[in-house]
Amino acid sequence: MSVASTTPRFKDNVHDALNDQRLQGALPHARNFIGRRADAAARLPEFDALRDSARAIKDHTLAHLDLYLEAYERKVVEAGGHVHYARDSDEAVAIILGVCKARDARVVTKGKSMVSEEIGLNAALEREGIVAVETDLGEYVIQLRGEAPSHIIAPAIHVTRDDIEADFRRLHRDLPPDRDLSRPEQLLGEARAILRDRFLSADVGLTGANFLVAETGTSIIVTNEGNGDLTQTLPKVHIVLASLEKITPTLNDVAQILRVLGRSATGQDMSVYTTLSTGPRRAGDPDGPEEYHVVLLDNGRSATLGGPFAEMLRCIRCGACMNHCPVYHAVGGHAYGWVYPGPMGAVLTPLLIGVAEGGQLPNASTFCGRCEAVCPMRIPLPKLMRRWREREFERRLSPPLARAGLRLWAFFAKRPALYRLAVEPTMRALGLIGRRRGRFAWLPLAGGWTRGRDFAAPQGATFQSRWRAKSGAVK
Amino acid sequence: MSARDEIFASIRRSLAVGPVDAPRRDAVAARLAQAPVGIVPRRGQGEAAERLATFRSEAERVQTTVAEVAAAAAVPAKIAGYLRENNLPATLRFGDDNRLADMPWGATALEIARGPSEGDDLNAVSAAFAAVAETGTLALVSGPDNPTTLNFLPDNHFVVLFAEDLVADMESVFAKLRLACGSGALPRTVNFITGPSRSADIEQTLLLGAHGPRRLHVMVVKGRS
Repeated sequence: MSVASTTPRFKDNVHDALNDQRLQGALPHARNFIGRRADAAARLPEFDALRDSARAIKDHTLAHLDLYLEAYERKVVEAGGHVHYARDSDEAVAIILGVCKARDARVVTKGKSMVSEEIGLNAALEREGIVAVETDLGEYVIQLRGEAPSHIIAPAIHVTRDDIEADFRRLHRDLPPDRDLSRPEQLLGEARAILRDRFLSADVGLTGANFLVAETGTSIIVTNEGNGDLTQTLPKVHIVLASLEKITPTLNDVAQILRVLGRSATGQDMSVYTTLSTGPRRAGDPDGPEEYHVVLLDNGRSATLGGPFAEMLRCIRCGACMNHCPVYHAVGGHAYGWVYPGPMGAVLTPLLIGVAEGGQLPNASTFCGRCEAVCPMRIPLPKLMRRWREREFERRLSPPLARAGLRLWAFFAKRPALYRLAVEPTMRALGLIGRRRGRFAWLPLAGGWTRGRDFAAPQGATFQSRWRAKSGAVK
Repeated sequence: MSARDEIFASIRRSLAVGPVDAPRRDAVAARLAQAPVGIVPRRGQGEAAERLATFRSEAERVQTTVAEVAAAAAVPAKIAGYLRENNLPATLRFGDDNRLADMPWGATALEIARGPSEGDDLNAVSAAFAAVAETGTLALVSGPDNPTTLNFLPDNHFVVLFAEDLVADMESVFAKLRLACGSGALPRTVNFITGPSRSADIEQTLLLGAHGPRRLHVMVVKGRS
């Protein structure tokens, strides 16, 4: 079973998020990514051509996934590593527990891994008495708070500096209570010192992977802090947990995708650490793990290939779609209720946990199209969300009021004369009433809209009437 | 049916393909054998002097500091001077790399330790396998010569880069690795390092030295090694 979701309560989650003053104070930080990405893209003339190249590589890989997987597996084994296959979350958890128990592991350090969130790994380890330590600074903070990540690359973006200071004072009880933690550097220093001990005492290190390279049997992680590297270098056992679609044919293919990954994610040309791990330490190596395991998770991905949502499998988890999403900016990541937020989460969640449970998320979009415009892999996210909406409607999963509203609209839309008769006077009236302020703070029957934001006043004439007037003038 | 078999069957069902399909197998074998180079930005290209200038400016953009020395023999005094200027202890650790071991350390007052780090070293020096001009990135490989722990545990990481190892792009580093390790094989760890460790997890404020080094200082040796 994958980790539980609150996605069916999405509307309540949104309501809570909009009314959470603390969260609303933290969320503007997410917008910093927009300018950074734009600057990085502008500095590289080949950026858009690289996006096309990256998309073509991933499409080719997915069309030959079985064969690249075979090649990858052969190379991992040649290098002395082990490959494990997991159909679902339970199997992945069982494999990881098996590796940990064979080594009598008590402490597992973790590099940042969204797939480990997907399979609910930390809770499963703790049930077996194994301590899981998140080592990415943001992940460490939210683990202390007992929360889930609210962003796939900036997991603690919903938390303020003040929150972190309060959490550290509450939970780092061995340190002097009167210590100065007023500056972010001091918070970082404290976490660094505590985690340094954990790194050195861990029995197993678990990381995710940004790429699994078929050419060499290599797993690659892309990070900035160095925690992932300490995680996969210091313990005796290194476990890589990754989903099937991370397979990439060659190192040169990785170089193509890397050039769009960092720029799209944080606006960096390259993240600080891009690390290639191939098998366990070699004879004569003074450091590195003695065992190397890769756990490959399917969880519905193989069934997605070749289908209407297959393009989602190109996703490289950069986070650009959520960084540019007005809905994400308004409610943050937790409101989405499961592991993956933002536009990529809205498409992926129904695929992984079902449309009955995740079907509300594809409605959380204004279809402004910014996510598709910035996606380095050119995934048509709005089109895929629309596809989910159609399915939700076909399966009668959307709420009765919404269905009735759509039926009413369809009735008028199919009768243009009637439509004009109903719409034109209404728009004229609204335009007249709203002319002075240009917006409505309240409208009858539109409370659901106006509670959270203003409704822009129509300009009076409808599109159709202006079109008629314009084509008349042209003639 | 094992999980492995079932996953492969599911992939092939979704793609509507069989396990033996010669054209598909040929396409995959060809790509793996040829590793085609895609689009390579112009930024890193150019003659040696141009590459070095690009490396330097790109590295400095990400808070790496870069110094140039005329010969390998000048490195120990440079490191000692850097430590003194920054008020850091005169200690240094490095691995078995002969290019480092042969340098005149005795001429400095540095307290030298050898081998991998246990986590309490402040300063370490490594020799780079290569570097990428395009992004100011260093490439280091694991092994007794330059233990991976030295790249991450010390607070201050010095890297010696011999100018002839500075290449234009990542693809050229991969070509160099294929020559050194054989095609389709790699050392346990290859680290591409672009600047000192950092985090922006506290309110998107950039802080250096998250878990890895706070300072990254590259010395480019311009004379022959």
